Amino acid sequence: MSDGTKAPVPDEERLERQTDEGAQMLTAPRRAVVTDGVWPEGDDTMVVNMGPQHPSTHGVLRIMLELDGETVVQSKPIVGYLHTGMEKTGEELTYVQGGTNVTRMDYLSPLSNELVFSMAVERLLDLEVPPRAVWMRMLLVELNRIASHLLFQATNGLDLAATSMMIYGWRERELTLRFLEQVTGLRMNHNFIRPGGLAADLHDGWRADLDELCRTIERGVRDYVDLLAENPVWMERLVDVGRISTADAIALGATGPILRATGFAWDLRKAQPYLAYDQVDFDVVCGENGDCYDRYQVRLNEILESVKIVRQCAERMPAGDCRVQDRKVTPPPRARIDESMEALIHHFKLFTEGFRVPAGETYVAVESPRGEIGCYLVADGTGKPARLHIRGPSFYNLQSLGTMAKGALVADAVAIVSSLDPILGEVDR
Amino acid sequence: MATEDDDAGAAAAPPPADEVVAALVERFPATVPWVSHGQAVVYVERSAWRDVAEFLRDDQRFTQCVDVTAVDHLVDEERAAIPGVTLERFEVVANFLSHPRNRRVRALSEVPEAEPRMASIADVYPGVNFAEREIYDLFGIEFEGHPDLTRILMPDDWVGHPLRKDDAPARIPVVFKDDPAPR
Amino acid sequence: MGLEQLPRNFLTARLEDLVQWARRRSMFPATFGLACCAIEMMAMGGAHYDMARWGMEVFRASPRQADLMFVAGRVSQKMAPVLRQIYDQMVEPKWVISMGVCASTGGMFNNYALVQGVDQIVPVDVYVPGCPPGPETLLHGVLTLHDQIRTGELLRRRQETGAGAGIQLDQRDGTPSHVQPIPVRRKSA
Repeated sequence: MSDGTKAPVPDEERLERQTDEGAQMLTAPRRAVVTDGVWPEGDDTMVVNMGPQHPSTHGVLRIMLELDGETVVQSKPIVGYLHTGMEKTGEELTYVQGGTNVTRMDYLSPLSNELVFSMAVERLLDLEVPPRAVWMRMLLVELNRIASHLLFQATNGLDLAATSMMIYGWRERELTLRFLEQVTGLRMNHNFIRPGGLAADLHDGWRADLDELCRTIERGVRDYVDLLAENPVWMERLVDVGRISTADAIALGATGPILRATGFAWDLRKAQPYLAYDQVDFDVVCGENGDCYDRYQVRLNEILESVKIVRQCAERMPAGDCRVQDRKVTPPPRARIDESMEALIHHFKLFTEGFRVPAGETYVAVESPRGEIGCYLVADGTGKPARLHIRGPSFYNLQSLGTMAKGALVADAVAIVSSLDPILGEVDR
Repeated sequence: MATEDDDAGAAAAPPPADEVVAALVERFPATVPWVSHGQAVVYVERSAWRDVAEFLRDDQRFTQCVDVTAVDHLVDEERAAIPGVTLERFEVVANFLSHPRNRRVRALSEVPEAEPRMASIADVYPGVNFAEREIYDLFGIEFEGHPDLTRILMPDDWVGHPLRKDDAPARIPVVFKDDPAPR
Repeated sequence: MGLEQLPRNFLTARLEDLVQWARRRSMFPATFGLACCAIEMMAMGGAHYDMARWGMEVFRASPRQADLMFVAGRVSQKMAPVLRQIYDQMVEPKWVISMGVCASTGGMFNNYALVQGVDQIVPVDVYVPGCPPGPETLLHGVLTLHDQIRTGELLRRRQETGAGAGIQLDQRDGTPSHVQPIPVRRKSA
């Protein structure tokens, strides 16, 4: 604790974890199990360091656990092991280049990062993107949500030693990434959603590929439900582990599946719709108890809701431009550069200096797979931002770890970290 | 779109359109309302920062403080002048969200370079604990009353506050193979 | 020169082949995924690209049980001592693959926060470019490493540099990895 003292753990709390053999700890006078002697007085708790390199696959997160035997009394996440200075680099890159930087923050849903950055720039420019760009953005962001939640299923499984889940989860994720590669050119860190629209249009035959992909994902999710959802070992490890109440979650700044799993139906796509989310039909998935199992179920079902949205986007994709036809913001098509001097000059200026954004500040928030991702952008009239700050949902979600892990066993600590689904890239930026 | 004082301060400005901003201006008369690209913004006096946070939580039902960050305006080429606000080098920005009322409000407060200190709102909104530590780490603005104001992103023995404009360079020159000099 | 302490002659040649075969046929990677590259490293372990074909799918959590370290991602100032400590805990023979541009040179983030190239901290044997390198590129890097072990080229290069072998993958102009000159580290101004 920061003032150097240790809070004593009342016995009632220690008795919370009951097993079939009885309570984990006995009230005073305690008797040591092996020697049956008197437990030494003033027995201190033990501080154990977990990470930053550890078997849990959630990046370079370090957690200090204060243990009383096997029970976690307090836990404190220590971050900063992936601090990349991205916000500083963001002040050095133009608005055209900014997407490459921002996309690497939450590297599991890069398109959400790009979306929030582009929307902030467009807000400062008072720019409206054409409808096709809006629907394409929605399609890509939902596909990204599917890929991210599939990876959550995989890594959650691996952390709880369901190794088959790791292999299965990657199966559908690879197919989603292949589709994204066909559209954007890259499997990850696409830099495809840019201020003004998108970098390019969808490829020929995208509709058939997408329909195939949706069918495969739904089949895959059915497999995962069969594999794990009712599995007694899985439920034993996740049900009632890492509970958090709605009030605690909101006070600690948690958003996204963590908040929804407590039973609070808050999804920015429904509450404060952006893009065209008010024109598509989908449900907000909620849990009840706020434990790890509910968080797992929320993310699993969000995959199916996202598939619904993807299908609707595919059916209702409007024709038109995929980016705004403002030559000051959007580069001209490559063929025009050979024909027109003006196009050449615009292309040159855009990719060397970038475009200028009038002075102002704004905050834009969207719903990423981890929660509310926000971009606070301050422009000063030049071609580079004066301040680029991304509100990473995992940064705030990690603060719930202390409340969730209190009174849990050490083995549950891994399950809780895994269910938080933190991405250290956006925590540390 | 910005609301501006049309007269030279003699006539009263029209009441702010947003009811939360109106309530804030009524309760804290030194607050300056503003509209930034359609979003409700208030410029709050540094001394009233914590009281504003408590007012928003208790009275206006702003359940969550979504983000607290800081800005260093040292090398800004252009900066919008806000009538009634003395602009300083640092600015601390907090975004608040009300779930029951489904609205947001942003509060900004100017922090002078000579005295980089603010009151901490980490006991009002526990979720900003890490965010205030990050501002302390990267900008050097101290938050009085914060339970654990230590570095969070940089190593514990780091000297300096990297996100300040006069601290770490944004770009280190790169040396390419066979280049005569770094660029 | 042959294996590290073994003189090379007609008697030890077959033994050398055996040892090199054993070393490259079951390299266990240490889990050192840092950022985006870690996702592609896990993808390489998945069913589509399947590292298990080369006996590498078991990621050992304990560095004592691992012999290959993929530095997969950007190494920040706070992480640098941790990286060195993990590397030191690995037992000889050990290899390091610097995966991605952030690990190789600092990548697009040439700022205060990152170590500009992980070869400032640990000796690197293969540099795999990409941001992130797809699983196929990483696999190419791994197989290059295996090949260099098989031919003994890796040990020769290590002796020459005194540190890691510093192999860059086959370049676009066709220069294959095994004839590339060993890179010279220039001190930046």
